[in-house]
Amino acid sequence: MIFVAPQTLLFAVFFLLPVVIAVVLAFMEVRPTRMTWIGLENFRNVLNDPLYGRALRNTAYFTGVVVVFWLGKALLIAYLLDPMNRTLQTFFKSAFYLPAVTSTIIISLVWAWIYHPRFGLLNAFLGLFGVEPIAWLGNVNTALPALMAMQVLMGGGSSIVLLSAALARIPRDLYEVALMDGAKRPAIFTNVILPLIRPTLLYLVVTGTVNTFQVFEAVYVMTEGGPQFSTATVVYRIYQEAFQRFNLGLASAQAIVLFLVTFVMAAIQFRFLGQNVEY
Amino acid sequence: MARARFDPFLRDPDHPVKPTPLGAIVVLIILIVLALGAVAPLYWMFATSLTPSALTVRFPPELIPSAPTLRNYELVLAQPNFLRWVINSFVQAASVTFVTVATASMAGYALAKLPFRGAKTLFWLFILSMMLPFEAILVPLFLVVTRLGLVGSYLGLILPLLVTPFAIFLMKQFIQTLPTELLDAARVDGASELRIYWNVVLPLVRPGLAFLGIITFVAQWNSFVWPLVVTRSSEMRTLQVGLVLIREQEPLFYGLHMAAAVLAAIPVIVVFFAFQRYFLRGVTVGALKG
Repeated sequence: MIFVAPQTLLFAVFFLLPVVIAVVLAFMEVRPTRMTWIGLENFRNVLNDPLYGRALRNTAYFTGVVVVFWLGKALLIAYLLDPMNRTLQTFFKSAFYLPAVTSTIIISLVWAWIYHPRFGLLNAFLGLFGVEPIAWLGNVNTALPALMAMQVLMGGGSSIVLLSAALARIPRDLYEVALMDGAKRPAIFTNVILPLIRPTLLYLVVTGTVNTFQVFEAVYVMTEGGPQFSTATVVYRIYQEAFQRFNLGLASAQAIVLFLVTFVMAAIQFRFLGQNVEY
Repeated sequence: MARARFDPFLRDPDHPVKPTPLGAIVVLIILIVLALGAVAPLYWMFATSLTPSALTVRFPPELIPSAPTLRNYELVLAQPNFLRWVINSFVQAASVTFVTVATASMAGYALAKLPFRGAKTLFWLFILSMMLPFEAILVPLFLVVTRLGLVGSYLGLILPLLVTPFAIFLMKQFIQTLPTELLDAARVDGASELRIYWNVVLPLVRPGLAFLGIITFVAQWNSFVWPLVVTRSSEMRTLQVGLVLIREQEPLFYGLHMAAAVLAAIPVIVVFFAFQRYFLRGVTVGALKG
């Protein structure tokens, strides 16, 4: 069909072909002049690479914390907004959406400035309470949490919109019945609302986890993986290996491991959250 | 509780759950605090961009610039290639948006309404590809573009960004809702498929096209990883990559960084407010519709 031809052609050249190459490269040692087949050597190196392990742990920790807090925040806001009138909802949703249309690079530059150890806004604010200045991004203990806090505070725009739409679809009679039965607000939330918005929650958990797991730009701009690899993430490792050390075979193996991890996580989430969901 | 049409606490009069006035005030305060957390960094970017360099490196910082100036903006515009980066970003975002909307609506139409051999296989390939992180194919994609001799060119920048299974899904979803009888009627009248696509399908899915165009433009304007990898010379960089370059060149001029960031943020913020209702409608894609 000519209708699918353009997208199929692009897809073949710029997606399928790279996938095939990635798989082949993962089994090769790539040198500028020649390529040698080395079997599973690259994968062995990935699994034995303490830095990759570190990056995986950092990324998993980052993703776990960010997804829970970001989704919790989005759910809280959507729930609080639900009984409000249109104007107020639009106002707040726009406010929460603004950081989401602004690029990650911009947000990262702004936060690098807010976290500035000497002249930053955050230290100035904390200084009011007598807190000594902290090098947020320069300290092994605070760098990753600082990135997490930024992600949670800036994220949520589109998830609030989706959750809010899901909440608005809940039939109003259900509330009225529950209220007449004398149900309290928390009980209505857990027994009526949560089950009904579960498909949306599932969608957000899966896409949120997959997207957050690929965190790169903030790391690239704000910390370059440091200090002492405390903010090195999986994609940042792949980028370093591929475009700074030109170790294409190893980078491809790392990327394939990333894909497998992502896939398994999504599958597990489906199993756990997908039960009783009607599509 | 009486159903007042006007509620001083701005509650929805038709919502069955009625917060008490006190509850409404508490809720409003919580929301305002959280919203400030989201918007304050953007305000701070703007405030710093108006602050003279000498005053940015002073502690504590000024929340409201005492001597606002546009000097930082002048310095940004004087950066070598800054305008070129703006143009490059526009070229990238506009061309990817245009081609994506055109080709994805065609593919979406075929997958939604035209049975053809291999349609199922193609559909599942597209689905699977959405599971793969872009970074996983970054290296080989770069090799392919290198082999095609396109590194550092507009084509090399743009072509790989046109692969958008997400857009095809979105269009398929929109086009599926059109009544098939309408298309059949046009066919009986002897219209070619191309004609039906152009004269029947496209006008009917105009909101979908607009939605896709808007989100594609914003995503492309903000994209960073691929432009970073595939552009080489300073003239070919895009604005997002340029922001990082400016900071590398002038690490201590925070007002300058923030002024450049404001300029890079303005187009998407304008798009956001111009098409607010599209962003706030909440469209999901794929089998997981809530």
